[in-house]
Amino acid sequence: MFKSKIKEAAICFSNLRVTLPYPFGNGAEIPEGFRGKLDIDETKCIGCGGCANVCPSRLIRFYDDGDQTRMEFILDRCTYCGRCEEVCPEEAINMTIEFETSTNDKTDLYIEQDLYMATCARCGRCFEIENSIDKIPTRRLRQGRNFLGDCMPSGAPPQREEDKK
Amino acid sequence: MLKKLCKKAFPKALWVYHTNCAACNGCDIEIINVLTPYYDAERFGIKLVGSPRHADVLLVTGGVSRQIAPAVKRLYNATPNPKLVFAIGSCACGGDVFFDSYNMYGAVDKAIPVDYYVPGCPPRPEAILYGVGVALGLLPKKVSKKVKSDFPEFQELDEPMILPKEH
Repeated sequence: MFKSKIKEAAICFSNLRVTLPYPFGNGAEIPEGFRGKLDIDETKCIGCGGCANVCPSRLIRFYDDGDQTRMEFILDRCTYCGRCEEVCPEEAINMTIEFETSTNDKTDLYIEQDLYMATCARCGRCFEIENSIDKIPTRRLRQGRNFLGDCMPSGAPPQREEDKK
Repeated sequence: MLKKLCKKAFPKALWVYHTNCAACNGCDIEIINVLTPYYDAERFGIKLVGSPRHADVLLVTGGVSRQIAPAVKRLYNATPNPKLVFAIGSCACGGDVFFDSYNMYGAVDKAIPVDYYVPGCPPRPEAILYGVGVALGLLPKKVSKKVKSDFPEFQELDEPMILPKEH
């Protein structure tokens, strides 16, 4: 705080013009740790729904539809608390430093994302892969998670009785 | 179109009237910050006035509670045409964490028509200046609606890539 006072005094003594030339000129100086509009990397997201769970203004919505999950971000009511960024296990969500989000249309502050969830080819349920080597193809190609027979990874759900017949 | 209309309708200074509907005072402090010599919104001819009857622009902060809703409607009607309404802060834009509270109408656009939205909790003074710049047609709009799909090539396939069940 004392540092900022000295800085302020230096500005006052060095130059007669103290006004920031903001909308023109070099742009704004953004302090470290500033949280702006959130952004989501769809190639990293695994659709776990942790962000929707912790969001205080409930702006993240999940619609689960079998092997496809739709996520909606209604950013006009974002509090910029950064809890979604904190909780994300894959670091897919990050708070950018973008603050110039003024708009005349509310739908500009909206992100929609489709995810293809991995389903077992035998029983049709989503499953988690434990082995990190098996995870590699699924990050780029979620439909490639269909395994059959002996290729079934260890994390897959066990075969059901009705499928065996 | 809107820019041209703005330039025609507001060729000279914009006089603003600032109203706090049900805000926590964070956004109000930032608005006062914008009017200080450091950010100096008076470069653009923006001046704070004490009555809605003198104003061209309404700066509305905070979500609209049930108690304040009739007052905001009267305020809107008291402002002479042409007028602009700025919703400042996340509460005014979308309701923030109070968007479905029992005592709230919701965002400002449920009570009165809003022309420009400045989200942020609270918005930086630069963000408010940027909103003013967008409204005056000085700066371009930067955000747009995003619809992302994980792997769009899958949508174009006729048949889903699922291996047969019998092997």
